[in-house]
Amino acid sequence: MTDTSVTNISGSLRRRLAITLIVGICIFAVLLFFIIRLYAAQIAQQSQDSILSASVTSMLDAAKVRDGQVAMDIPYSSFSMLATPQDDRIFYAIYQDDQLLSGYESLTLPETYNNTGTVFRSIDFMDTPVRQVIASRTLSGLTTPAALIVTVAQTQDNLSVTLRDIAKNAAMIVLGFFLLAVVFSAWASSTTIAPLNRLTQSVTRRGPKDLRPVTRPVPAEMAPLVSSLNHLMQRLDDSLNQSEQFITEAAHRVRTPIATVRSHAEITLQRVDKEENRQALKAMIRATDETSRAAGQLLDHAMISLRASQLNSEPIDLSELIQELVRSLTPVADLKDIEIRLDAAPDVRIHGDSILVQNAVRNLIDNALKYSPTESTINIQVRANPKPSIVINDQGDGFFHDEKDKLTDRFSRGRNSTGTIGSGLGLTIANDVAKAHSGSLRITNNHNGGACVTLSF
Amino acid sequence: MKFLLIEDNQELAGAVVSRLQLDGHVVSHANGIAEANSYSQAEDFDLILLDIMLPDGDGRDFLQQHRASEKHTPVIVLTARSEVSDRVTLLDLGADDYITKPFDHAELQARCRAVMRRKSGAAQTVIRLRDLQFDPVSGQLVVNGITTALRNRELRLLELLINEPGKIFSKQKLFDRLFSYDDDVSENAIEVYIARLRKHLEKSCVSITTLRGLGYKLDDDQCD
Repeated sequence: MTDTSVTNISGSLRRRLAITLIVGICIFAVLLFFIIRLYAAQIAQQSQDSILSASVTSMLDAAKVRDGQVAMDIPYSSFSMLATPQDDRIFYAIYQDDQLLSGYESLTLPETYNNTGTVFRSIDFMDTPVRQVIASRTLSGLTTPAALIVTVAQTQDNLSVTLRDIAKNAAMIVLGFFLLAVVFSAWASSTTIAPLNRLTQSVTRRGPKDLRPVTRPVPAEMAPLVSSLNHLMQRLDDSLNQSEQFITEAAHRVRTPIATVRSHAEITLQRVDKEENRQALKAMIRATDETSRAAGQLLDHAMISLRASQLNSEPIDLSELIQELVRSLTPVADLKDIEIRLDAAPDVRIHGDSILVQNAVRNLIDNALKYSPTESTINIQVRANPKPSIVINDQGDGFFHDEKDKLTDRFSRGRNSTGTIGSGLGLTIANDVAKAHSGSLRITNNHNGGACVTLSF
Repeated sequence: MKFLLIEDNQELAGAVVSRLQLDGHVVSHANGIAEANSYSQAEDFDLILLDIMLPDGDGRDFLQQHRASEKHTPVIVLTARSEVSDRVTLLDLGADDYITKPFDHAELQARCRAVMRRKSGAAQTVIRLRDLQFDPVSGQLVVNGITTALRNRELRLLELLINEPGKIFSKQKLFDRLFSYDDDVSENAIEVYIARLRKHLEKSCVSITTLRGLGYKLDDDQCD
C-alpha cells in the first residue's frame, strides 16, 4: 500500500514506544520483586524475633533466687513455642553477669551488650546462620544485685523456606503483572500510532489530482506536520495550476498573432501574380505554420509532461475515441483526397487519460497525413488482442531503418521530412503518452514501404 | 454562405473576413458576445465561427446560450488554446467542430463543408447550371440524371469555376485553391484535375475551356 521504496526509514515510532514502555516496566517489575522480598523478609524476621523474645522472656520469668543461688526451671513452652515444621535447632545460654550458668558456652553475648533491654542479631553459630536474642533481668535477693542474661538462638531454615515461598509467589505475581503490562504497552503504542496510520491511509488513498488540504481531526502533536503537508500540497496545486494557465495563455498569445500573419499572407497571395513574390509569400505561410505547430507541440509536450506524473485514470473506449478523431481529421484528409479507413474492434477499453491518448493518436495521424501522397489511403486498426493497440499504416515512403530509434527523441525528424512542416515532437509526444500509460510505440515499415506505427497499451 | 464571425482580434478578424469574402461568402463580424447575440437574433446564418477568449466573456457561454435558444446554426470554434487542455470540452459544450489558430483557410472551408454536410443535408445548397446539378456541400454532381460523387479536389475546383461561369481563372489561382503551401508540386498538376472534371462533364452542356497562357473557364453554351 505505502511505497516505502523511496523513503529513508530510521526506526519505528511504534516499536520505539513499545520498547521504552516494556523496558520501563521490566525495571519496575524487578524493583517490585526485590521490594516485596525485602519487606517479606523483614516481616518474617519480626515474627521470628517476637517468638524468640517471648521465649527469652518466659525463661527469664522462670528464674528465681533460691538460697542465694540462681535457680531456673526452663519451662517447656519456652522451647516448644519455637518449634517449626523445618525442625529448626535452638541454642541457649544463661549468664549471670559474665559467667555462664547453663547452655552453650560458645553462644556468646555481643560485646556491646550493656545488660539492659532486648537485643536481636543475626550471626553464624556453628557454621549456621542463626538469629539470636539477648535479654536480661536484674536479680534481687542475692548479696549483690546481679544481671541474669538469657540468650536464645534459632536456626533460620523455616524463615528461609518461608522467604523462598514468598519470593516464588512474588515472582509469579510480578511476572503476571509484567505480561499484562507488555500487552498493555503494545496496545498503547498501537493506539498512539493509529491516527498517524489513518492520516497516511487517507493521503495514500487520494486520487492523483486530489490536492485538497487534509481536514480530518488529528492529534495536537501531528498538527504541525499536517499543516506543513497541507501547505506543501497547496503550493503544489498552485504551481500546477499556474503552469497549466501559463501554457494555455502562452498558446493564446502566440497563436493569435501568427493566425493574423497567416491569414494576411494568404489573402495577399490571392492578389499577387509575380512568381517570386508568390514564392516568398508561400515561404512565409510555411514558416507561420511551422512556428505555430512547434509552439503548439512544445506546449502540448510541456502539458503532457506536467500531467504524466499525475495521470488521470478513467476508462477510455479506444474505438470510440479513434472514431471521433477520424471524424475530426477527415476534412483535413479530404484536402489531399486521402481516405482514412478505420477498422475498429468494438469495445476496446483501457484505463488512462483520454486527452493525452487523443493527443498522441492525433499526432500520429497528423504525421501519416503529412507524409502520405495525394489520393492514398491511411489504414487505422484498433485491436483488442493481444494488447489494446492502435495501428496506423500509410502509403508514404516510410521510415529509414537506421533512424527509427532516434525519431522519438525531441526535435528529431526523419530524412523524409524535407519540405514537410513539423517540429519533430509528434512522435516524442506519442512516445511519452505511451510510456505514461506503461505502453509502447513501435515504428516499422509495412510491406508496401509505407510507415506503420503501433501504439499499444 | 452567410457567416457570423465572432472574434475580438481586429487584425485577425479583418483578415478572415476578407479571406471569406474572396471566396464569395457573406460575413458579419461581431467583436464580442453581446454584439454576436444581437446579430444572431436579427439574422439567420449558415455558420458561426466563434473565438473562445472574448472581451465580454467566454465564447463557451455564447455557445451554451446559443444551444439553449434552440438555434441549430452550426458553430465552429476558433481556438488558440492548447489542444490538450481544451479540445474535448468544446465538443461537449455543443460546438460542431473546432480549428486551432492559425488555420489553413482550406482546412477551415473543409471543416465548414463537413459541418454543413452533417447538419443540414444537401437540399438548399444545390447549384444548378443548365443540365447540371452540383451540391458543393455533399460533393455530388448530377449530369443527365446520373449522380457522381466528386473527390474533394475536383469538388473544390468545380465549386470555384461554377460560381462564376465564363470567368477566366489563372492556373495560379486554381492551384492556390487546391494545394496546400507545403505541397511540393508544380502548377501543371492542376491539369490532372481539369482533365478529370472534363470527363465528369462529358455528357453535359457545360464544359471547361483552356485559354492558353491565361487559364481556364467554365462554358455553359455547348448545347446552343
